[in-house]
Amino acid sequence: MAEFLQFLFSGLTVGAVYALIALGFTLIYNASDVINFAQGEFVMLGGMSTVFLALAGVPLPLAALLAIVLTIAAGFALHRGAIEPARDASPVTLIMITIGASIFIRGAAQVVFDKRFHSLPPLLGSEPISLGGATLLPQSLVVLAGGAVIVVLLWLFIDRTLVGKAIIATAANRLAARLVGINTRRIVGLAFAISAAIGAVAGILVTPLTLTSYDVGTLLALKGFAAAMLGGIGSALGAVIGGLILGMLEAFGAGYISSKYKDAVAFLIILAVLFAMPQGLLGRGRVERV
Amino acid sequence: MFRQMSFRQMSTAIAIGVGTLLATGPDAPAQVKIGAVLSVTGPASFLGDPEKKTLEMYVAEINEKGGVNGQKLQLVIYDDGGDANNARTFATRLVEEDKVIAMIGGTTTGSTLAMIPVFEDAQLPFISLAGAVQIIQPVRKWVFKTPHTDTMACEKIFADIKRRNLSKVALISGSGGFEKSMEAECVKVAPKAGISIVHQESYGPRDTDMTPQLTNIKGKADVQAVINPGFGQGPAIVTRNYRQLDIKLPFYQSHGVASKQFIELAGAAAEGVRLPAAALLVAEKLPSSDPQRAVVVDYKQTYERKTGQPVSTFGGHAYDGLMILTEAAKRARGWDKAKVRDEIEKTKGFMGTGGLVTMSATDHMGLDLSAFRMLEIKNGDWTLIPDSGT
Repeated sequence: MAEFLQFLFSGLTVGAVYALIALGFTLIYNASDVINFAQGEFVMLGGMSTVFLALAGVPLPLAALLAIVLTIAAGFALHRGAIEPARDASPVTLIMITIGASIFIRGAAQVVFDKRFHSLPPLLGSEPISLGGATLLPQSLVVLAGGAVIVVLLWLFIDRTLVGKAIIATAANRLAARLVGINTRRIVGLAFAISAAIGAVAGILVTPLTLTSYDVGTLLALKGFAAAMLGGIGSALGAVIGGLILGMLEAFGAGYISSKYKDAVAFLIILAVLFAMPQGLLGRGRVERV
Repeated sequence: MFRQMSFRQMSTAIAIGVGTLLATGPDAPAQVKIGAVLSVTGPASFLGDPEKKTLEMYVAEINEKGGVNGQKLQLVIYDDGGDANNARTFATRLVEEDKVIAMIGGTTTGSTLAMIPVFEDAQLPFISLAGAVQIIQPVRKWVFKTPHTDTMACEKIFADIKRRNLSKVALISGSGGFEKSMEAECVKVAPKAGISIVHQESYGPRDTDMTPQLTNIKGKADVQAVINPGFGQGPAIVTRNYRQLDIKLPFYQSHGVASKQFIELAGAAAEGVRLPAAALLVAEKLPSSDPQRAVVVDYKQTYERKTGQPVSTFGGHAYDGLMILTEAAKRARGWDKAKVRDEIEKTKGFMGTGGLVTMSATDHMGLDLSAFRMLEIKNGDWTLIPDSGT
């Protein structure tokens, strides 16, 4: 039982990060049909900027806030500088552009920051909490709580504000949205900015647990993408569930089956699910617009 | 405009070309050329960069003192960028165009193995700075190396575990090249050291949480000590998870994390962790009776004064290579390739930054286990564990 709990805690913590990244994928995908492979780079920028601002003597809360602002600016710049000029290109071309952007951001981070690993002090100390024979770091709770707060805020924003409704409208039908007076260009830019903010917060929250360096984004983006596909790309709830399931698969795979094949186990199950349900767990079939 | 530019560029190129010819032409015969192919840039730059700085620094110093055997040294360095194909091309160029007498370097095992055939064909002494034991096993007539091997790190850890009267060990290792190689070596030499490996776990190079693997190790009643062959950020996370799960068993890291950065990243969790490391890491902490103290303290201070950067063991490997080569040339009373090679093989009792080197026809590295020091992390700093006692 203690073992089971320990695996569960591990899976939930790792899964929460995947969920947040998957959420960023979902948001941009909904607004623009683009799968933004630079999503992992937002996570890196959040963590690394906080580390370096803190090293420069900025108090930690302010450093975190500045890092989020910086990452949002990067998200905006990505949209304005790379996606927007190519808006008439096919989604596949745009996806390639985001891959290029992610390589560029990683290279720039190598020069602006450095190539070493960095950490941040945990928010609530590093004394493990004992729970039913298993242990949990307070920072894991912070990550889980932070993830939950972000999901709720995002839901309130999308569901209860006019701007949020405009995002839904843009996602549903770009042309119709434009006809009712929604500036879809600005909406897509906003989706990039919000995704960047979510990525940055995720990066700042997990750095005390997982450490960060200029190249942490690549694998996180891959895992987040897998989570989004598993949950059903385009579904926000699916992204969260997909992320948590992927984290759990990895933890239980490593714990109960074999740590050598834990990634293989996780991805095999994802493949099996997608084989049976090509739209993912919560995805809706997309209707081709004629 | 474009035309004019390219003409100007061409004339500059010609001027540079002629200049180089003039510069190297007349005084070349009075100098002895030593070649080096190092990974100064690219993924292995943290190894290659200090090696390059070290070679340049000490060749300049040797030349100031009049060179070796009355001849000044000229260093020809190429940067392979961590690519073994480049290394091979540069090796051929060093032999055919630069006509070097001897070779130092090959920063990585890949580059070294790619260059070996070239220098064996050309029959010139080659001192590699790379880690893997395959470079000197089987013994090749012209190939030597200065750094210690993974196998020795395993043996050093096993010896310490034996001293604690323990024998059943669990391994948790990363899946990168370094970790894989060390894991395999540990498994290979364990029976000889009287150690049985009762459990093995692994993690990916980018994994962020290893509590499931460690929970399994914790659940195995017969495990008495845990070793983590690792490199990069993985070992820091493993160490934190180890403390989180409150595992009380002795915990060993490898020489792959022997840097202050590991202590910074792992924080308080690093307390009590033991690991084997080169003496250079604890130069000033060595007792004054230690025969290696003078060499490592001198190298550390020289390097840090001239480069303004903290010393690394990798630069030390280059120092050892250059000194072994020049000492051998002095004993050979000249720069005849075959004679220098014979003398390198006869190196005996040379004290380098990597340890005491005594080579033979069957051992082209010449280090014993005293090359490694067993360290324990206490109060955020290294402390030396004496070889005797626990």
